Amino acid sequence: MTREMTGAKMVVQALKDQGVDTVFGYPGGAVLPIYDEIFLQNDIRHILVRHEQGAVHAAEGYARSTGKPGVALVTSGPGATNAVTGLTDALLDSIPIVVLTGQVPTFMIGSDAFQEADTVGITRPCTKHNWLVKDTDSLAETMHEAFHVATSGRPGPVLIDIPKDVQFASGEYNAPKPSTSHYQPVVKGDLEEITELVAAMETAKKPVFYTGGGVINSGPAASQLLRELVDATGFPITSTLMGLGAYPASGKNWLGMLGMHGLYEANLAMHDCDLMINIGARFDDRITGRIDAFSPNSKKAHIDIDPSSINKVIRVDIPIVGDVAHVLEDILKVWKARGRKTDAANVQQWQNQINDWRKVNCLAYTNSEKTIKPQYALQRLEELTKDHDRYITTEVGQHQMWAAQYLGFEDPNRWMTSGGLGTMGYGFPASIGVQMAHPDALVINVAGEASWLMNMQEMGTAAQYRLPVKQFILNNERLGMVRQWQELLHGERYSHSWSEALPDFVKLAEAFGAKGILCSDPADLDDAIMEMINYDGPVIFDCLVEKHENCFPMIPSGKAHNEMLLGEAETQGVIDSKGSVLV
Amino acid sequence: MTPLNIEKGSNRHSAYNLRPTFSDVQEQHTIAVLVENEPGVLARVIGLFSGRGYNIESLTVAEVDHTGHLSRITIVTTGTPQVIEQIKAQLGRIVTVHDVHDLTVEGPSVERELAIIKVVGGGDKRVEALRLADIFRANVVDSTLNSFIFEITGAPDKIDAFADLMRPLGLVEIARTGVAALLRGD
Repeated sequence: MTREMTGAKMVVQALKDQGVDTVFGYPGGAVLPIYDEIFLQNDIRHILVRHEQGAVHAAEGYARSTGKPGVALVTSGPGATNAVTGLTDALLDSIPIVVLTGQVPTFMIGSDAFQEADTVGITRPCTKHNWLVKDTDSLAETMHEAFHVATSGRPGPVLIDIPKDVQFASGEYNAPKPSTSHYQPVVKGDLEEITELVAAMETAKKPVFYTGGGVINSGPAASQLLRELVDATGFPITSTLMGLGAYPASGKNWLGMLGMHGLYEANLAMHDCDLMINIGARFDDRITGRIDAFSPNSKKAHIDIDPSSINKVIRVDIPIVGDVAHVLEDILKVWKARGRKTDAANVQQWQNQINDWRKVNCLAYTNSEKTIKPQYALQRLEELTKDHDRYITTEVGQHQMWAAQYLGFEDPNRWMTSGGLGTMGYGFPASIGVQMAHPDALVINVAGEASWLMNMQEMGTAAQYRLPVKQFILNNERLGMVRQWQELLHGERYSHSWSEALPDFVKLAEAFGAKGILCSDPADLDDAIMEMINYDGPVIFDCLVEKHENCFPMIPSGKAHNEMLLGEAETQGVIDSKGSVLV
Repeated sequence: MTPLNIEKGSNRHSAYNLRPTFSDVQEQHTIAVLVENEPGVLARVIGLFSGRGYNIESLTVAEVDHTGHLSRITIVTTGTPQVIEQIKAQLGRIVTVHDVHDLTVEGPSVERELAIIKVVGGGDKRVEALRLADIFRANVVDSTLNSFIFEITGAPDKIDAFADLMRPLGLVEIARTGVAALLRGD
């Protein structure tokens, strides 16, 4: 059905037709016509953030907790440039978001007009794709195609730059129909490769599943199929930071997270395995450690929807390009058709070996009765919130790694963290996006005080919409991870890694009309956490923790998986000069 | 704890540089990319090469299908086999890229480049330049009493050879188009 309407109305109509119910944004001169249309309707909620970066992270949080694309709307110039960090974050973590930016009128483009920036130029390398719409007649089609591109294949951020005269002008609006564009990624895996993988699974003595964010992105069916495959084969499974929750933390084959701060048993299983089955992960440098010592004796299979991920870092023996759910379905079919075979005896021996590694109890730490250990704070948070309908976001740093280690995720889409880009300031706005999508759920942002301050202006948003997001700040008055690296790598020269002039977080909360809780005594911790959970409104929980705690286990830069540091182990000279230049 | 000596002047800042097991033999490949002729598509391709640190030896681009709005970009690049594979996969990821062909692998292919070369001088050198141009089947497209502009078409090494010969004979300026290439046969 074709209808005549203004470009601004088309934007809102296209969002409705794409099933969008929430938009995170910030108005400005170049998007006023669209804001006018938002004012005149009630189907789409607009959440006014306090900074455009917050809008994009909130859209990411919305997307990751629902599986639907998140939408942000910002103005031209500074509005667009402020969105760049969020776009890059979404690109590295493959999060489907659609960002709409206003632009100066087409006849002023290139004249250095007020609030003009070359938005498509600036965002070209940090979006999956972007468009500058110069003609109102092509706006509707571009909007629909943007949603198609953001959500198909490997998901990612897209941006549409809409000049103000295009918003004012009238054109023809067409409702969405299945995309006929050239961009149609393959979702089915090659059956020959899949059969080769199944054959390898049948004879593997020391297999391991290594799963990532691709399982979550593929949708709930992928997680279901993964659970079925893991439980049917009895193979152990580990996951990247991005993939937590695809397989339940309580599952019997669960090894815990792998990587730089992954669990001992997970990393050793990766190092010693004879068959590695990578499902939707990308051999990130935080995962592989030293590449020439990465899992030296294994046959490697890699399932990924993005062909460029395959052989990018690690050469694999069995590459399978396809969507995780589709490929897992075929693996299960082929494996069952061939008689559900595994080398059960050897796999059992492998599990016994892994159980021995588990006994190392790599997450053990020395607790204290005087100060709250950050690990203890997270263990108590886990214990007191695990039975709730709970969503966790994090900022970036030590607290993020501890959260990944000490919190258990039973389901996908419950864990929102900035993995690839490592964006400090991600967690708070993301928690707002999650809470908007799940108004009745318990949404907790596990934060460090330094990260949290980076987007603290969003307290205004949380207060305005009465979003009961819980800001659980592990306050060590340090940039903890920077401090840890300076201790290990830079001769304990703690250059600018402490947080001076911190605000009184309780007063800060109160200034925004929210609740502030301060806790510094381990004995008070449980009651304080319960008070946070039971408060119906936004809470800043200022948890004063041990200031010099290091995050272990740790694979130092330039080391292999089997060279990890444990607990309070001797760390002197563990990173050689080659490793120290790595980030 | 003892302080650690960090290598001074090191410019390696990323773990992505750690690829010691990969083959480091540099290969030259000619890659043909069919793209939608939308504004910015060339920037996407060039940005990919600069952003990921790949080489561009030469690049040509022009619309080849006016009704379908398709352009053909021919890129000559060098890299290790793994890098070449990455380049192709990364090009394939660009939403507006329709097809990527590695003519070096899929070959044999015909590769042609056009150059125009200005040679200034008189006397024997002028005569010699004209004689060599004839041998190389270069055409004279502009002439004054003291200069020629030659037009030459061929594989890049033929143009290199001709330019090298013209240099002592008074070559002052050269413009090259970069390689256009097609697979042989049907």
